[in-house]
Amino acid sequence: MSLKKHILDLRKRKEKVEMGGGEKAIEKQVAMGKMTARERILALLDQDSFTEYDLFVEHEAKDFGMDKKQLHGDGVIIGTGTIYGAPICIFAQDFTVAGGSLGLMHARKITKIMDHALKMRVPLIGINDSGGARIQEGVNSLAGYGEIFYRNTIASGVIPQISVILGPCAGGAVYSPALTDFVFVVDQISKMFITGPGVIKTVLGEEITMEELGGARVHAETTGNAHFFAESEAECFDQIKKLITFIPWNNTKKAKEFPPKEPKYTGKIEDLIPADPRNPYDVRDVIAGIVDDGDFFEIQELFAANIVIGFGRLNGQTIGFVANQPMVLAGVLDCDSSDKAARFIRFCDSFNIPIITLEDMPGYLPGADQEHAGVIRHGAKVLYAYSEATVPKITVILRKAYGGGYIAMNSRHLGADFMFAWPTAEIAVMGPEGAANIIFKKEIDGAEDPEEMRKLKVQEYKEKFANPYVAAAKGYIDSVIEPNETRNVLLHALEVSESKEVIHPAKKHGIPPF
Amino acid sequence: MSDKDELVGFKVHSLEYQTKITKKFANRKPWKTPNPNEIYSYIPGTILQVNVSEGQEVKEGESLLVLEAMKMQNQIEMPFTGKVKKICVGEGDKIPKNELMIVIEE
Repeated sequence: MSLKKHILDLRKRKEKVEMGGGEKAIEKQVAMGKMTARERILALLDQDSFTEYDLFVEHEAKDFGMDKKQLHGDGVIIGTGTIYGAPICIFAQDFTVAGGSLGLMHARKITKIMDHALKMRVPLIGINDSGGARIQEGVNSLAGYGEIFYRNTIASGVIPQISVILGPCAGGAVYSPALTDFVFVVDQISKMFITGPGVIKTVLGEEITMEELGGARVHAETTGNAHFFAESEAECFDQIKKLITFIPWNNTKKAKEFPPKEPKYTGKIEDLIPADPRNPYDVRDVIAGIVDDGDFFEIQELFAANIVIGFGRLNGQTIGFVANQPMVLAGVLDCDSSDKAARFIRFCDSFNIPIITLEDMPGYLPGADQEHAGVIRHGAKVLYAYSEATVPKITVILRKAYGGGYIAMNSRHLGADFMFAWPTAEIAVMGPEGAANIIFKKEIDGAEDPEEMRKLKVQEYKEKFANPYVAAAKGYIDSVIEPNETRNVLLHALEVSESKEVIHPAKKHGIPPF
Repeated sequence: MSDKDELVGFKVHSLEYQTKITKKFANRKPWKTPNPNEIYSYIPGTILQVNVSEGQEVKEGESLLVLEAMKMQNQIEMPFTGKVKKICVGEGDKIPKNELMIVIEE
């Protein structure tokens, strides 16, 4: 064969394999409103940056007539590329090839690119679109999943791991995304569940659609398994690209710095919040009023909305924000919001992202359902995550900081580097009404007009204790600041925390209340 | 965010706040003190066999029925010596978790 013929032969081989499951299967994929695996990779990565590996891998299964079946690429595409110049390792399951089912070689390709990502210390993105284990390959499929989960775990906290659910992801397969840092879902396309509607119907006689059981919205709103919800694949890819700009390549690096920008909001910060602690406001307006360009990138927007988490920049540097949301459930901590905040704090700490906490919360959500759901151990995760974090940790108390909530929300006592409070802050064991009822019980009960006396005592307590100055007198609060000074005070605190170093006792690992 | 966009009064400890409510919070089940005379399923499954009839006297530890779940045949036993007041399930019924199966009395 001449050299030219060799090259033409290679091109022909490539073309054939790149067609995945063939025209008919691709037509089906498109009819479901989905892009093909290859289109997805190309849409996500920088133009012309994708380099593919293991294109010619073939399965070795022999049973059940598999020896006569050729599965192009064994149903998965792997490779490397860049997103805004950041190096990325990526795999995408190809539903057009045997339903994207996972067999031994399919799994080997995925673990190969995972190993590569870990060795090169670059982010990993996995696009899931698979019917599940390839039943013909039996226990080899299960082995494949296990080897993926193991790598997800070992890479956790070393490189950012992103999962994109763009089709079914069922049974054991769901545990790979669950072990990764960020899960992206798309309305009507993503489906995640351990046991599907069929089994549920057989066992329980309950009828439930795939969408109701494990659709994108369910995981974004109810289970909290998903971090980002999009209406379309295109929107989803934009979200992933934006996320990549906020996070570092690995745990030894810092996120890329951007040119500093002033916030878009030019009004006064204090005009964003009502003075009466019982009236709500959207704390995201305050964050947007502080961060560069007003650009706050919220995570898990639809889940446990009583706490807000996400990334923003201060003078070009990525910051993780954790903020109580008075607009939803008065901003209480409960099981879900504790889980949400704790995991995010640990991500920020792993990846050298300073954490700013904006506090305005009345305490933990009371109720038998919360207590029985384990609000003690879930709530403890927040304390654990804040205490263990060694990145710069700064708190601003906006209004209420009552009881256990005050301690939990990155208080001085858990190792906050800087504690700021607005003059509207109320730092106390509980709200003035409750406190006055207990402390002045005798006076109130013994008064001629108990209601009048109660009002009087509540007022007295408010004036004496419902302010930041009692805590400031003890040095628990470093500085009481005007709301409008917040951005500048934070910028300064970050500047002087640049080389922060905390060394805890050496240990294998802690035992957080999972 | 909450599906209901209007603000409602929401009491936490001693103060009432104006805020939105999440779907999960709105759908939570209020606490009910369990009645020792009501026997509920603790796992979803199929009633394989009912071993007693209404009005029958049953000794503590005797099998009331068999609830098959996850390929396991679970004996549901009488928690104390007493009488079967009402049987709410039949053989072959597929039942969810927390379904009332039998009412008993001392």
